[in-house]
Amino acid sequence: MLDIVGVEKTFNPGTINEKKALNGITLHLDEGDFVTVIGGNGAGKSTMLNMIAGVYPVDCGSIVIDGVDVTRLPEYKRAKYLGRVFQDPMTGTAADMQIEENLALAARRGKIRGLKAGITAKERREFRELLTMLDLGLEDRLTAKVGLLSGGQRQALTLLMATLSKPKVLLLDEHTAALDPKTAKKVLDITEEIVGKNNLATIMITHNMADAIRVGNRLIMMHDGRIVVDVKGEEKKKLTIEQLLKMFEASSGSEFTSDKVMLSK
Amino acid sequence: MNIITQLLNALPGSISQGLIWGIMAIGVYLTYRILDIADLTVDGSFATGGVVAVVLILNGCNLWLAMLLAFVSGILVGVITGLLNILLGIPHILAGILTQLALYSINLKILGKANQSVNVNKTELLISLRWVRDFAFHNPLITVGIVLALLIGILYWFFGTEMGCAIRATGANLNMSRAQGINTNFNKVLGIMLSNGLVAFSGAFLAQFQGFADVKMGQGAIVIALAAVIIGEALFGKIFKNFALRLLSVAFGSIIYYIVIQTVVTLGFDANLLKLLSAAIVAIFLGIPHLKKQYDQNHIRKYKGGRSDA
Repeated sequence: MLDIVGVEKTFNPGTINEKKALNGITLHLDEGDFVTVIGGNGAGKSTMLNMIAGVYPVDCGSIVIDGVDVTRLPEYKRAKYLGRVFQDPMTGTAADMQIEENLALAARRGKIRGLKAGITAKERREFRELLTMLDLGLEDRLTAKVGLLSGGQRQALTLLMATLSKPKVLLLDEHTAALDPKTAKKVLDITEEIVGKNNLATIMITHNMADAIRVGNRLIMMHDGRIVVDVKGEEKKKLTIEQLLKMFEASSGSEFTSDKVMLSK
Repeated sequence: MNIITQLLNALPGSISQGLIWGIMAIGVYLTYRILDIADLTVDGSFATGGVVAVVLILNGCNLWLAMLLAFVSGILVGVITGLLNILLGIPHILAGILTQLALYSINLKILGKANQSVNVNKTELLISLRWVRDFAFHNPLITVGIVLALLIGILYWFFGTEMGCAIRATGANLNMSRAQGINTNFNKVLGIMLSNGLVAFSGAFLAQFQGFADVKMGQGAIVIALAAVIIGEALFGKIFKNFALRLLSVAFGSIIYYIVIQTVVTLGFDANLLKLLSAAIVAIFLGIPHLKKQYDQNHIRKYKGGRSDA
């Protein structure tokens, strides 16, 4: 479903701020793979997602989504294959537009936008049903401006938008990090439900080790622009946080440091 | 009493002028409010619309066809500003200023001289200041009023389509738009094109209304348009929420602007200072949100309630 081969990226090359963000990333995801990603500050987690999404071009390597080489495609063309939720709840939705307008925009991802109605009555009914499933009380506020919603509601809405027209790969960039613990759990529950129901290949960056171990069928750890730990299936299910930290130290030669990683629940 | 009679006499002319500039202000609203871009191209494209229409009319072109071609000339101008921005990465404001400067030469070339009159006695025109009291279709109040209503209807429909929604999304949130597969560069150019098309169309009306085209007729047009947008929002923002009504409020803003200008001139205000007045009005209204914040910050009240452990 997703094939990343030898991707490298250096920011500000040749300057004093030169930063090698990705140092030869190779990663393969099958359909239905749910990968959680952890790593310290500057490990390259977000950069990896941004490379897949096409926010900036890669320096070398290739990215293939479902057999289509997207390495040279601009961000908006890759969007056809990708669903994305960002860390900042403000990023994924248009605050000045209505809930239903945001959803209608997302429903047309990857399609040509012509002079047909921007939203149809049939869609409104579908959106209402989908929002009812979120159980956040949004189903009766279809015409409310998204700017009026809380961070958690906006993230849940973004998640719905990201998966409204089924993506090949779902990219979640610490999408619960800006939320309070209770809301974060709710959004994560919704995430698991949507991913499971659609059998989506998913990459989720998280700062919560316990979540990283519990959620998904595969876990990777990044350090200095490389994938240093990659555990799958049964092995992943049995992991403990202590083991994970030891694996990290063994493979990276340093202690796991991050200013926001949560070691416990 | 004399002044009131004078004001009432001038009212149809002021309202007509307000309606014509209302079309222009709606064009600016599209970039300034919907795309969140301050596009200064409009000072040039307004004159382009005027000179294109006058040259065509003097050469015997069908009047409505001349209006359409003026609109198209504005669209072409918009393409230039848009491409300067997205292909060369020149910031919006600077791209607009460059196009506007270049247009001064182009407008001169189209017109052949700095200004050209179209005499309503010799040439057939769609509207003219002379007809503001006529009870007929060619009265500018009626012609421009109908056209303005049609334009608002068309824009309301367009911004409800998939394409129009994509333009609105581009202005609302670039990151989100790209993540949802919207070509934000294309949509910016499309919005700037549409905006300048309307501005040039308005310029074509004004040239006929005043009976001449002048290569300087767009000077400061952006300020008048912003005044119209701001007045419209300040007076009707609370009650007009629907998109069509918000466009209507911009047109109302423009009409009110011209009635106010007419009034201060009638009351003896030095007409040479009008542009200073316009700029001051716009500066004050643009500054109000900032001033309000400053005021609030300087007036945080002390907590006066009692505390049990104090």
